[in-house]
Amino acid sequence: MDSNIYVENILDHYHNPRNFGKPEKFDIYRNEFNPLCGDKISVFIKLNKNIIEDIKFTGNGCAISQAAASILTEHIKGKDIEEIKQYGEHQIMELLGIKISHLRLKCALLSIKTIQNALNQ
Amino acid sequence: MKLMSKYLDVEKIKEDFPIFQRKIGNNQLIYLDSASTSHKPISVLDSISNFYKLHNSNVHRGIYTLSEEATTLYEESRLKVANFIGANDNEIIFTHGTTESINMVAKSLFSSYLKKGDEIITTNLEHHSNFVPWQYLSKKYGLKLIIWEISKEGNLDLGKLENLITDKTKLIAVTHISNVLGTINPIDKIAKIAHKNNSLILIDGAQSVPHTQINVKELNIDILAFSGHKMLATTGIGVLYVKKDILDKIDPSSFGGGMISQVTQEDSMWAPIPWKFEAGTPNIEGAISISAAIDYLNKVGLNNIHNHEMQLSKYASDLLVKIPGLQLYGPNIKSGIISFNLGKIHPHDISTVLDTQGIAVRGGHHCCMPLMKSLCINGTTRASFYLYNTFEDIEYLSKFLLKVKEVFK
Repeated sequence: MDSNIYVENILDHYHNPRNFGKPEKFDIYRNEFNPLCGDKISVFIKLNKNIIEDIKFTGNGCAISQAAASILTEHIKGKDIEEIKQYGEHQIMELLGIKISHLRLKCALLSIKTIQNALNQ
Repeated sequence: MKLMSKYLDVEKIKEDFPIFQRKIGNNQLIYLDSASTSHKPISVLDSISNFYKLHNSNVHRGIYTLSEEATTLYEESRLKVANFIGANDNEIIFTHGTTESINMVAKSLFSSYLKKGDEIITTNLEHHSNFVPWQYLSKKYGLKLIIWEISKEGNLDLGKLENLITDKTKLIAVTHISNVLGTINPIDKIAKIAHKNNSLILIDGAQSVPHTQINVKELNIDILAFSGHKMLATTGIGVLYVKKDILDKIDPSSFGGGMISQVTQEDSMWAPIPWKFEAGTPNIEGAISISAAIDYLNKVGLNNIHNHEMQLSKYASDLLVKIPGLQLYGPNIKSGIISFNLGKIHPHDISTVLDTQGIAVRGGHHCCMPLMKSLCINGTTRASFYLYNTFEDIEYLSKFLLKVKEVFK
């Protein structure tokens, strides 16, 4: 874990987000908003039975919220939705590989919250 | 060359604030968030500790030495606050902060003064605490809330107010100093327009009372709300000033112990003002801390503090505007509050990078969502100053904003 949260990987995902944009076809859509920061994330998920076949996102906000969405969407493609529904803070922190302060945790967790709310709706 | 304040010996002042002895990581603390809360001098901390060590007991309750001492200290604090803003002591109500002060008086006004069909004017410059209560209660009781909108520069235009005010306007609720843009509103002129139209004027003084001399009688303010923690005192203590003739007319909005003179099974009679507005055991040590804070502010001199901050504000504007991609908000002449954005970098990212250098600034919407909307932004980064800030603090800020740009290039 690095004490500087703006490590190369995070900044790379922030400047060049993967899976960014609204796809033409998707099965589930959800957007969430973090009122404290103004961070916004929308996710578009295409399912093949229980498997996340494709996922894309749009949004704007701080580097952490946007990089986390990019990294997470890359990671969960091809995974079972039941597995994703179990994800918590621990899994996201491992994926990001940085130490997030309590006050910025909401930014880091916005994308998983949006995805889980999409899958549970 | 190190720039020195013409008005304050800041290095000496800093020695009175224990927090500046600690480090943030390996860095000295550069605290630029006094609009959010101020730090406390040792005299304020001692006043609280002394109260608990020597005089702790409830006020207006026990007939014994400690309670008499606590009551005397508490009521002396009230008198000191009254003198500080040019009021009478029976016009000073202790609350838990600006938000509670406004909510409390709003509920009283709605229950016993305002009527359905009346109009209230507020602005889109307000902190949510001087906006949401009026919005909620106006809807609930069938009043009309009218928004006096700021100009592009972030000022309130008095001509616009003249057009908005009608014979139905019963209250104008406006901030003295904007917590985002640093706009200093012409309270005396607004009060004149209000009174000419038989309207009351309520001032949110959270950002002004700690920084500039206010006299409620000279400005002819009907209602003033402010917080202790932004003026060197502790959190959880605030002040509500209301003119005596209004206090006599309105009902309390909180009921229980301490605020009554007599209770029967059928009815209750209220205590005299101001006590009828102070239900329950008050924040005694908070009131005592405000008294110590006022002593400290008076010793330094509020005019010196105000002039010092105006200098810092001008210096900061001139320095920050030179940073490519940096946009400043608000009027040219402003109090010690500077809001800006740096390219598209999110204010929380700016705050996090600055924190690694020991610099504390605030990022976000600052509890002013209608204002953010009018500026077409989600938030700003804000630096705000007080008596313990130096020109060097601003130079650090400017220097490390360049580092922020480097990180997000």
